[in-house]
Amino acid sequence: MSDNVNRRDAMGIAFGAFAAVGGVYSLVGMGKAWAPLPSVKAAGSTVVDLSAAKENEIITEKWRGKPVFILKKSADMVAKSSNNDKARDILIGGSSYLVCIGLCTHLGCIPAYRKDREDFLCACHGAEYDISGIDTKAPAPLPMLIPPFKIDGTTLVLGEAGPEYNKMKEAGVLGHVALDPKA
Amino acid sequence: MAHFDEKAKPFSEQWLDDRLAVRTLRRVLAQEYWIPKDINFLWAMGMILAVTFGILIITGIFLLMYYKPDTALAFDSVNYTIMQEVGFGWLFRHMHGVAASVVFLLIYIHMFTGIYYGSYKKGREMIWISGMLLFVTFSAEAFSGYMLPWGQMSYWAGMVITNLFSMGSLELNGVVEWIRGDYVPGDAYLTRFFMLHVFLLPLVIIGVIVLHFGTLRIPHVNNQEGEVIDFDIEAQKYLDGNTKESKVIRFQWDFLAKDFMVMAFFLTFFFYLVFYHFDFAMDPVNFDPADGLKTPAHIYPEWYFLWSYEILRPFSKDIGLMAFGFSQVIFMLLPFLDRSPNAIPAHKRGLFFVWFWALLIDMIVLSVMGKVPPEGSFNTIGLYAALTFIGLWVLLPIITKMESKK
Repeated sequence: MSDNVNRRDAMGIAFGAFAAVGGVYSLVGMGKAWAPLPSVKAAGSTVVDLSAAKENEIITEKWRGKPVFILKKSADMVAKSSNNDKARDILIGGSSYLVCIGLCTHLGCIPAYRKDREDFLCACHGAEYDISGIDTKAPAPLPMLIPPFKIDGTTLVLGEAGPEYNKMKEAGVLGHVALDPKA
Repeated sequence: MAHFDEKAKPFSEQWLDDRLAVRTLRRVLAQEYWIPKDINFLWAMGMILAVTFGILIITGIFLLMYYKPDTALAFDSVNYTIMQEVGFGWLFRHMHGVAASVVFLLIYIHMFTGIYYGSYKKGREMIWISGMLLFVTFSAEAFSGYMLPWGQMSYWAGMVITNLFSMGSLELNGVVEWIRGDYVPGDAYLTRFFMLHVFLLPLVIIGVIVLHFGTLRIPHVNNQEGEVIDFDIEAQKYLDGNTKESKVIRFQWDFLAKDFMVMAFFLTFFFYLVFYHFDFAMDPVNFDPADGLKTPAHIYPEWYFLWSYEILRPFSKDIGLMAFGFSQVIFMLLPFLDRSPNAIPAHKRGLFFVWFWALLIDMIVLSVMGKVPPEGSFNTIGLYAALTFIGLWVLLPIITKMESKK
């Protein structure tokens, strides 16, 4: 009788242990099945020619399915901005540009550019950003993120990290987390 | 060896009873499942919810046969194929959409009935907790279903809600991308939410409904006065033929007759909405196909999520998320936050009565503020209403403790 009980216990423990290990492995597998596919990750880089860009006119490009704002600033706009603002400016072909992912850092809506006020307003929850994409009104917690970029004459390559990007990354002005350029 | 009646005709009641104990099942689950007499129409909400869930399943099956879970095809499969081509496709869609909205109205009535009559304590805690689990799973079911037409509201609701999982300053962007299977809601996202909506979540809901019914069987349903009934004694009175004196009735068919009465009124109202006012469940913005480069000027959730959305909105990101999280779990804890032993109607409980109506009105104010654009005085009202919501729950243990001392 007690022999039987012990044998059943041993059977239960052995089975349970194997099942637990198998369970953990299958959870890993199931988790991997939900991760972005290689084809999604390899969506490539986006090349933008800025030779025809106009001052104070927002250009929206798509990178990794997300909108990227590109705004050419006039000398006047640069002159009246703060040092924090200027630190986020990107020089392309002699002009200052704002380049950032056009998603509100609160919950990811697209803020609208208000040309007359030279700032951004997110209609979802009322967050505001200044001309350099720096948050000025809650609930936005962070500036809009600057994506990896490379400058090649008057063209801008999104998704590849050039020296200017790396310099901004070191200066810590990207807007918090840096996105992985290779992904 | 069990006894079988050799003479019983195949599939006759006796034949089935010998093999499946159908008589015992019916007796235990329905005929001798006792319901107090002292109830009102609000006690019918449970069965009406079950019927509405049935409508959602049946109409869902018909939508499922033509819907295409692909970002390139989804919008047209709903708005062209189902709406224009499929015979009565428009009816299945409108019934499905209206039922999905109305089911939340019923859930809220059901919940607030439970709160008013104290039907969540003295042995009924598991009824409340399993019911709140149903609220959570129904919310997930509603959200995943809202993705499927792949219109502008689907896309941007998907964007905003999945972003909540980055947990504010924790910046868990990897988690958000894992949930989406993409950097933004895309094809992988739509198909997995389709799977959740038509298979996994309905399966979970059916399981939790069974659990919810199970939790009722031993404590039984509450009554209008919160009277503690000895169901064995009252049932015996009924079975002895003393039905007038007994405080209880059978579930089948006594209580069900009342249910059918209320259900008739409900279904009249439901089909009135389906045929004449289906538009309230069909947001016009969602008739624009999803566009990842254009946020609609003003986005808001369906009416039943507005109150919790408004709790998120007036605060900075992290505090807003904490307040939102609080609002999601706090109802679950109600049986333990109410410190009073009295399981009686709210109008006999002094301050709790005030608390009940304050909570209900505050949630209506939050819902209205969640719908209007986030500007000016609306922000202020929304902020105070959100603070009131949190304050009321902080006060609950205190006022119920005071009540128990009296």
